[in-house]
Amino acid sequence: MIEVVKGTLLLSGSLFILLAAIGLVRLPDLLTRMHATTKAAALGVILIMLASAMHFAEVGVVARSFAIILFILMTAPVAAHVIGRAGYFVGSKLWSGTVKDELKPNYDPLTHELKSGLETQENARRVPRESDPE
Amino acid sequence: MTGAIWNLLLGLAWVLLSGDFTGLNLLVGMVFGYIALVLIEHQVEALKGYPARIPRIVRFIGFFIKELVQANLRVGFDILTPPWHMKPGVIALPLSARTEMEITLVANLISLTPGTLSLDVSDDRRVLYIHAMFLDDEDELRRNLKEMEHRALELFR
Repeated sequence: MIEVVKGTLLLSGSLFILLAAIGLVRLPDLLTRMHATTKAAALGVILIMLASAMHFAEVGVVARSFAIILFILMTAPVAAHVIGRAGYFVGSKLWSGTVKDELKPNYDPLTHELKSGLETQENARRVPRESDPE
Repeated sequence: MTGAIWNLLLGLAWVLLSGDFTGLNLLVGMVFGYIALVLIEHQVEALKGYPARIPRIVRFIGFFIKELVQANLRVGFDILTPPWHMKPGVIALPLSARTEMEITLVANLISLTPGTLSLDVSDDRRVLYIHAMFLDDEDELRRNLKEMEHRALELFR
């Protein structure tokens, strides 16, 4: 029984990593590629680590497997965020099928200022003060 | 925090008294310690809210794993079939998280769920810009992300 569970975990883990690799080749632009590589690969490594923890079933190995899972969960999103952000601001082209981009109008490439886009709404809601010019 | 430390101390006491120095026995001790803390919660001011937090964390982990697998399968399906079903785009998500710690946590969780990748926080820390892979139903995506943020913040407040 436990053999079947371990085998399933290992196989599905490797499948997810394979998916990540295929995605890296097939997907059209930087940001969508970041999606495939970080998340599918992280899930794959987690599944394989679970399988190895079940196989050895020793305190040392289990502790290390969970430490690896924890550190992958902590570092993968940060790496994806930094690479994606750097790529976006350096000006890598988005795929032609991209439906919307709410960041672009709020970003000033000269001053690197990134507005939240809520300021205009707030100004509209602002109560008039006495110091306002007529 | 005090609750967590007491829980650990009770677990260590259990290990010392039973004389069985293994990780599993520490886990058993922590479970018993947790039960003890639940029983005395309403008498000790410092422990308020600690017992309720553990089931919340467990539920959150379950919810997160479900999201992770579901969305991974969706991305995988799109990678394997030739026509692109995805509609990528960058959306602005207003944040309820205020402190740096909370924003980091929410941004990382959003990056970890496949289909969404946090790009940047606006300078005034009120909006998180997210690259999403499936914008077929933007309202639903926003609702899901908000729910995740809400659940994550619940753990720390």
